Formats: sequence, structure tokens, C-alpha cells
Amino acid sequence: MTQAPTTTMTGDSHGSYPSYLIGFVLAVVLTVASFAAVMTHALSPGMALAALTVLAVVQIVVHLVFFLHMNTSTEQSWNLMCFIFAAVSVIVIIGGTIFIMHDTAINMMSR
Amino acid sequence: MLGKLSFSAIPLDVPILVGTFLGVAVIGLAVLGAVTYYGKWGYLWRDWLTTVDHKRLAVMYIILAIVMLFRGFADAIMMRTQLALAYKGNPGYLPPHHYDQVFSAHGTIMIFFMAMAFMTGLMNLVVPLQIGARDVAFPFLNSLSFYMTLVGALLINISLFIGEFAQCGWLVYPPLSEMQFSPGVGVDYYIWAVQISGVGTLLTGVNFFTTIVKMRAPGMGWMQMPVFTWTAFCTTVLIMVSFPVLTVTLALLSLDRYLGMHFFTNDAGGNVMLYLSMIWTWGHPEVYILVIPAFGVFSEVTATFSQKPLFGYKTMVYATCSIMVLSFVVWVHHFFTMGAGANVNTFFGIMTMIIAVPTGVKIFNWLFTMYKGRVEFTAPMHWTLGFMITFSIGGMTGVMMAMPAADWILHNSLFLIAHFHNVIIGGVYFGYIAGMGFWFPKAFGFKLNEAWGKRAFWCWFVGFYLAFIPLYVLGLEGMTRRMNHYDNPDWYPWMLVAEVGAIVIALGIVCQLTQLYVSIRDRNLPENLDLTGDPWNGRTLEWSISSPPPAYNFAVIPDIHGLDTFHTEKQLGLKAHGKPLAPIHMPKNTSAGVFIGLFSFILGFASIWYIWWLAAIGLIGIVATMILRSANRDVDYYVPVSEIEHNEEVYSRRIAAAQAAE
Repeated sequence: MTQAPTTTMTGDSHGSYPSYLIGFVLAVVLTVASFAAVMTHALSPGMALAALTVLAVVQIVVHLVFFLHMNTSTEQSWNLMCFIFAAVSVIVIIGGTIFIMHDTAINMMSR
Repeated sequence: MLGKLSFSAIPLDVPILVGTFLGVAVIGLAVLGAVTYYGKWGYLWRDWLTTVDHKRLAVMYIILAIVMLFRGFADAIMMRTQLALAYKGNPGYLPPHHYDQVFSAHGTIMIFFMAMAFMTGLMNLVVPLQIGARDVAFPFLNSLSFYMTLVGALLINISLFIGEFAQCGWLVYPPLSEMQFSPGVGVDYYIWAVQISGVGTLLTGVNFFTTIVKMRAPGMGWMQMPVFTWTAFCTTVLIMVSFPVLTVTLALLSLDRYLGMHFFTNDAGGNVMLYLSMIWTWGHPEVYILVIPAFGVFSEVTATFSQKPLFGYKTMVYATCSIMVLSFVVWVHHFFTMGAGANVNTFFGIMTMIIAVPTGVKIFNWLFTMYKGRVEFTAPMHWTLGFMITFSIGGMTGVMMAMPAADWILHNSLFLIAHFHNVIIGGVYFGYIAGMGFWFPKAFGFKLNEAWGKRAFWCWFVGFYLAFIPLYVLGLEGMTRRMNHYDNPDWYPWMLVAEVGAIVIALGIVCQLTQLYVSIRDRNLPENLDLTGDPWNGRTLEWSISSPPPAYNFAVIPDIHGLDTFHTEKQLGLKAHGKPLAPIHMPKNTSAGVFIGLFSFILGFASIWYIWWLAAIGLIGIVATMILRSANRDVDYYVPVSEIEHNEEVYSRRIAAAQAAE
């Protein structure tokens, strides 16, 4: 369609060589740290689980920022907003389901 | 070779179905014969079936919705008649096996194939025109979405004549819908029909979201968007978030049924209650997917026919967005009695009461729009006024049931049935019919007959109250839904009143058909023709172009300077544009949607009957068609300036003729 878009084009940031390198190094470090947390037995199982969760979330952020080029600039605001909305929806749906099913299981003594 | 399919799957022993089949066959042959006789197959194929024009797809969606309305209504009046008869010694005329299929099919068809198709049709017709776009963002996907919806509708209707339909309600709750209790093909028909049409709906959501975000005319910021477009936008967001949940839920159920897994079974660690939670995680946003565009229609209709700008445009937008977000945190109110504790039920009960607030805001906005306006009581305005009364009552009974303690008594009673018909007929259906009357001249270039429209409204309005107020009473007297037979003498008279109501609604549908017939017959009378493209003194961009619009909609994309720019410029007597014309880039028609639809049908039908070689052919066909379509680079063309000039000239001659007539 030959018409001017009213919002700016999104997704046209393609990163640079250093940013990809930083992302790659961070991703590798986080992955190695995750394996180390489990394989060295330095942490108790509970602590290891917590550490894995934190590392996984940081890993997601690293991928989003360095590989999917998500940032707070105006060109990216749509992508960022959509991502936040999607994340909130997923948290509401999954969190809500866990809340309901857990409460039901306790109340009905089904587990 | 043919899986479960055999000759005995055809229900020759049920006279109602044989009669229906003969009726459908005669009408179908008559239509096919007429198309052949008048030599219209080429026209039908080139201009309609393979079209990617959003306006023509809209017409096809709405025709599908009206046909499905007949099917769904036939189911409804059969149920009412059964309950008017099946008292004490009389077993009625529908045995339980058939009756259970009827109520399941009624709900499924009315929501997925009547309401969803109608809603998508209205969005298709109006959204690109309101934002000054020449088509949707992905025209081929739009055609594909239509065929996915059509295939779902075909599958569910074929279940009438080959095999059976689900007998476990319109959301096929397990464990009843599991293989153990429903070994037939009924639930499989449900799963495949809903899954295939669900793909179509999801694609529509993505398509219109992109269209609204990226293709608005220059200068149209978010707060200059017409309210219908805003509501369409919120609906697409809801579709994109909630439909994947439905797809996953039904996919898990099909794994249970086809591969013997145990997601929702009673034994082996399955959890039936998880299905309820998941299906309503989709199901509650779904009812807002249906009703939010209807709110958009009412906003356009009220503002136009009150000759005033909409009261509280911004609050309307904020209310719509609040409803969009809140609709994701109320789903437990569909199963308060499931056994969750007070924490869960209280939270979701309160959220349900809160979501009524933005809806109330909207009602007041429409009332204040009418206040001191020069209200024209046209047929769409009648539907709007009927909606305000009916929907308010439905909303109030809804808030009553939002209280978990009250819901404990009313759950699955006829009170609930009365409540949701109160909001779905009074909100969704009245809204879509108002929208159809309002935008009909835009699609076809002539108006619908007013007198028959008002008769249809009065029949629906009166019939609705006769049919559903008794159900509120019956619910409070303890009658549950989906009952095939009863012997309580207190219920009998109310069931008879409800039957009368259903007959009055049937008269309303007859009036609507008569309205269509009379309007088409008298389309060339001067008072019915829409020569100017602006029959109602409209406010938004769709009224700035000819009726019906050319394929490319806008010869020149308009510049937007604020809310209702078209109306402001009309008041000031400004000429719309003086910009030079340029060739217009447009998508070519394609038959890929038709073929993907056909192969999806084969895939669905074969999977329902376990004919695996045929299912493989269907799947390969879908993928092959997709690849062929992707490899095709010849998908667009340019409309030459000479053709645009010619169309513009014809349009200005029509405007001149209209002015001369005045």
C-alpha cells in the first residue's frame, strides 16, 4: 500500500559487531554459571533452583536487548510496549491459573 | 480404509434430520442451479470467492453469520418447544441423545459462527474505511481467515447429517467429553470445527491489529481514531492474547482423546478442573471480544443519529481499554462452585463487580450523547435504545451473580441462561444488527427499509423479554439448564410463556428477511439510493467516499487534523482534497485461500473419522498451497490514474444528481 505510516518503522535497529559480541559473551557466561551452579554442588538444591531462576531471567533480558535489539528508544517503544503487555498477560494467565488450582487443591484436599 | 466412517453413521432413523437434510439439499441445489442458469460461476469465482477486498470479505462473513443465525435459532426454538411439551407424562419430541446435541450445537454455532463471523464482518467492512486505509495490512491472510471460519462452520453443520455432534455442552467439559464417556465423533467434530475457525480468528486479530497500528491516515493519532476502530483494536488485542489459550486447551483435550493421554481424565493424574480454568481463561475475554465492537457500533450510531459529537470520547476510550485489561482477571466467576477457597472466589468476585464500572461509564456516555441532541429514531437507533435497556438489566443480573454466595444458588440454573442471553442478545446481537443497518448503504449503495427494520426490532425486543424473563423466574425456582424433561407444575406455565417469546423472536427474523427482500426490490427508488456516500450525515471517514467504495477505497488518502475531521470539514464547507492523483498499488485476488480452506476441510473431516491417509493428503495440500503462494511474486498491480479519474468523475456526477434532486 502506498501510504505513509503514521508511526515510525520499528525493528530497523540491527545492532553492531561489539553489541553482538557483548551479548554472546554474556550469554555464554550466564549459561556456564547455570551449569556450574548445579554441577559443582556448591549450593544447596533450594539455593541452586533460586540461582537458576535468576540466571534464566537475566538470560532472557540479555537475549532481548542484544539479539532482539529491544531498548527504550522511541523507535523501539512499540516493541517494548507489546513485549511488556505480552509478559503481563502471560503472568496473569499462568499466575492466575496456579493461584486458582493451588487454592482449589488445598480446599478440596485433592492433592 | 474409511476409518470409523460407515453407512450407519448417517442418521436415517431420525426424521427431523432427514427432513432437514432434504430441505438443505433442495435449497442448495436451487442456489447452485440458479448460479449455473444465470452463468454467474465466473463472476462468483473472480469477484467474490477469490477476492482479497476487505469489503467483499465483510459481505461474505455477514452472509455466513446470517445463515448460521438461522441454524442456531432453529436449535433454540427446538429446545423451547421440547420444554413446552416435555412436562409430566409427555416425553416431548426430542430424545435426550438428540436434545443434548441440539443445545451443544446451539451455543457453539451462535458464538463461533454467528457472533464471531458477524463481528469479523463488521470489522472488515468498517475499520480500513474509518482509518483511511486502502485495504488491511495482509489482504491474503484476510481471505484465508474467512475460509478457515467457513470450514469450521461447514464441519459443524455436516455433523447433522454424518455422525453426530457433541452432547456435552458448548464448551465440552471433561470428563464427559473424554473418550471414556463420549466415544462417538461428536466431540471430535467440535474440536476440529473450533480449532480450524480459531486459526482464522487469530489471523484476523493479527491482521487488524497491524492494520490499525500501521495504516492510519497521516495525522490520525491514537486519540483521533473513531470509537469503532478503538473497540476493534481492543478486540484484536483480546483475540491475540486469549485465542492461543483456547487452541492449547483443545489441543490437550484432543491429545487425551486421540492418543490416550491424561490431561483432563479422572484417572492417571488428570485434572478435570484445570480444563475449566483454562477454557474460561479464553472464554471470558471471548465474551468481551464479541461485545466491545458492539459498543463501538452503538457509539457511532448514537453520535450520528443524535447529530452531536460523542459525549466523553476520551472516557469511552479509557473505559474500553479498562474492560480489555480487566476481562483477563474475572474468569473464575464462571466456576465459583468448582471448589476454590474464599481467597480465590472473593478476588474474582470483586474484579467482576469492578468490570461493571467502565461498562456503566459507557452507558452514561451514550445517554449524554443523546441529551439535547436532535435524535433521529431510525431502525439502528431503535436497536441502540433497546440495547441500553436490555443490556443494563443483563448487567445488573450479572453483578448479582458476581457475588460467589449468590452464585452458589444460581450456578447453572436458568437464571444464568437468562443473564447471558440478556447481555449477548441485548448487547452483541442488537449491536451487530444496528451496525448492519448503519453501514449497509456503505457496502451496497442503498439503504435498508426502515419500516421493516423497526418491525423486526419490536418483535425481537418484545420476544426477548417474553422468552427470557420467565427463565429468570424459573432459575430462582430451581430449574437447571440443559434439562430434557421435568414434572414440576410450577415451571410449566413459564415454559409456555418462553415458547411464545421464541415464536415472537421468529417473527422478528421473518421481518428481517422481509426487510432484506423489500430493500433489494426497492433499491432503485430515489429515497433509498445512497448517491452521496453520506446518507446519515456521518462523522467519520467511511462516509467521505462513494457507496459502494471503489476497490482502493480512497482516491487520495485524506489528511486528518482531529477527531471527526470529515464532519468538521463538511460543516466548514471545505473541499475534501486537491491533491494530485497517483497510481494506486493494490493486491491481486488469489485462490490460495479457497484451496487452503478446502484442504483444511479434508484434514478436519478425515481426522474426525480417523481416515489417516486422507488427513495426510489434506495436510500436504495445505503446506503445498502455502509454498506455491509464497513462491508467487505476481501478487500486486497498480490502478492507473485514468481509472481513478473515471471513478471520481462518476462519483461527482452522482453527488451533483443528488444535489439537483434536493
